[in-house]
Parts: sequence; structure tokens; C-alpha cells
Amino acid sequence: MDTRFFVAWIEEAARLVRLQREHLTELDAAIGDADHGTNLDRGFTEVRQAFADQPPDTPAQALLSAGATLIRRVGGASGPLYGSVFRQMGRSLDDPVTLAGFAVAFETGVVAVERLGKTAPGDKTMVDALAPASRELARAVRDGVGAREAFERAARAAEQGARATIPLRARKGRASYLGERSIGHEDPGAASSALIVAALAAVA
Amino acid sequence: MVGLVLVAHSAGLASEVAALVRGIAGSGVPVAAAGGTGDGGLGTSIDLIGRALESVDQGDGVLIIPDLGSSVLTSRLLEVPGRVVMADVPFLEGAIAAAVAVGAGASLAEVLAAAEEARTYRKLGGT
Repeated sequence: MDTRFFVAWIEEAARLVRLQREHLTELDAAIGDADHGTNLDRGFTEVRQAFADQPPDTPAQALLSAGATLIRRVGGASGPLYGSVFRQMGRSLDDPVTLAGFAVAFETGVVAVERLGKTAPGDKTMVDALAPASRELARAVRDGVGAREAFERAARAAEQGARATIPLRARKGRASYLGERSIGHEDPGAASSALIVAALAAVA
Repeated sequence: MVGLVLVAHSAGLASEVAALVRGIAGSGVPVAAAGGTGDGGLGTSIDLIGRALESVDQGDGVLIIPDLGSSVLTSRLLEVPGRVVMADVPFLEGAIAAAVAVGAGASLAEVLAAAEEARTYRKLGGT
């Protein structure tokens, strides 16, 4: 996996976020403050601009640039959260990047977001999509499958994880103030996390 | 003196609380507001928080007091153990308690402790 792969991944994620912007905002309108799609789209648009202004030379640079830009430009909670995932991944990657190395770096990104948000699986957050994806990546590495197959498995796990947030009661963020009334809605952060993992499968 | 940075989702909320803090604790307390996004919207800007930190840092440490959500998460990214610390406290009450401690010449750890007391402080007394 070279720099081009990482840039393609993040640009595909930006494209999917743009396509699903209204859907993400609708999910957020149900239990949040109705800005998730708009905020994330603005952040990823800024990331594409940052790549255009200063094309990354290494996979780590691509992830660090994306992370820093999301932290600076999103304005909502998803900025520091996604920014920390990409930034931590960028710090953890060895060059050249193997699938095994990618899986380890991805896991460090998930741990970073769990720490920052003090969140665990089942809290109805991004982690409910990212953690299953990370587990599938690790399993795919053990099974010795190729990158495309590994990312497809991770994408399926992330999507299932996002859908599995529907019956959960939110324990973090604005949705947690709703208590029982947060039940029955998909978590917007888990939904956007599933898109970002789906983007991996799309460019592999 | 310890510096204080008030991080809120709106510029008005942060600056008005900062004004109240100066009014109650004294104009000598180094307090800076970092409210809203850089373009005047509701949300959080790490650049605004960074500038606020620099403006109140006198070398004795800085306490960041966020309101909620993205303010908290963004502030945590700027923590430097022992030097720049975030307080998990009620925004207004924590800011006032911290500022009074700063005015009395307290250390960063003491200012943090004063802010944390605001979480259980009863307005009418009693328990």
C-alpha cells in the first residue's frame, strides 16, 4: 500500500461522505444536533484541498495531514475524534505498509478514539462500527487473505456494527441526554465510520 | 499566575463568561475566551483555543475549562501534563471558582482543585 492508496482511500471517503451528507444529517437530526453530515463534508472537503495544496509524499504524511485538517476544520465532536483516528494511524504506520501493518495501525486509531471519547463498544458511537472492522482486519491478516478481501470483510463488519447501534441506548454525546428515547435510531457517527471503512474496500 | 482558557460552543458565551469572571475575580486574572468556530459559527476551533492558550500562558500553567462535547474533545488534544490541564467541571461555576483561586495566587493543581469543588458546591448550602 503506497501513498497513492492512502490518498485514494481518503478521497473516496470524502466522496461517500458528500453523497451521504443529507442521510448523515437526518440521522443526527433524530438524536443529535443535525450537523454531522455538513460538518464531516466540510472537513473532508478541506482535507482534499490540503492534499491539492501539498501532495503527501508518504502514507504517514497523508494520514497526518488528513487528521490535522479534520481536527482544525470540522468544528464538531467528529473533528477531534476522526482526526485522532487518522493521526494515530499515521504515527503508527511503518513504510512500506503491509496489510498486517495497516491492521495494527488501524487498531491504534480505534484505541485513540476510545481513549479520547472515553468510549467503549456498546455506547452507541463511532466505536461500534470501527471496533468490529478492526477485529475483522486482524482476523483477515491471520487468515492470510489479500487486502481487497480483508477490506471487504472490514466494511461488512463496520456496516453491521453501525446497524447494530439502532437498538442501543446512547451513553455518550448529546444523544445520551435523550436516555431511552435514543433507542431506535442508528448512530450517525457509527454510520459515517462505516462509510470510511467502505471507502477502503472501494479503492483496494 | 495560572492562566484560564474558557472554551464554549459560541463566541458570545465564552466572552461573556470571561467578562463575568474578570468582574468577580478581578481584572488581573489572565483569562481568555475561545468560543465558536473560526468563522463565527457554533462549535469548536482548535486554532482559537491555541491562540487563547498562548495569550494567558505566563509560565505557571494553564487551566482549560470547556463547556461540552467538541469543546471537551478538542481541549483534551491540547493537554500537556502538568502544564496545560483540562477541568471536567460546570462551565460557569468552575470558571468563577478557578479564577478566584488564580487571583489568590494558587498553583495549577490548586486552581484545578478549586474548579472541581464547583461540581458539588450547593447554591443554597446544605447537601
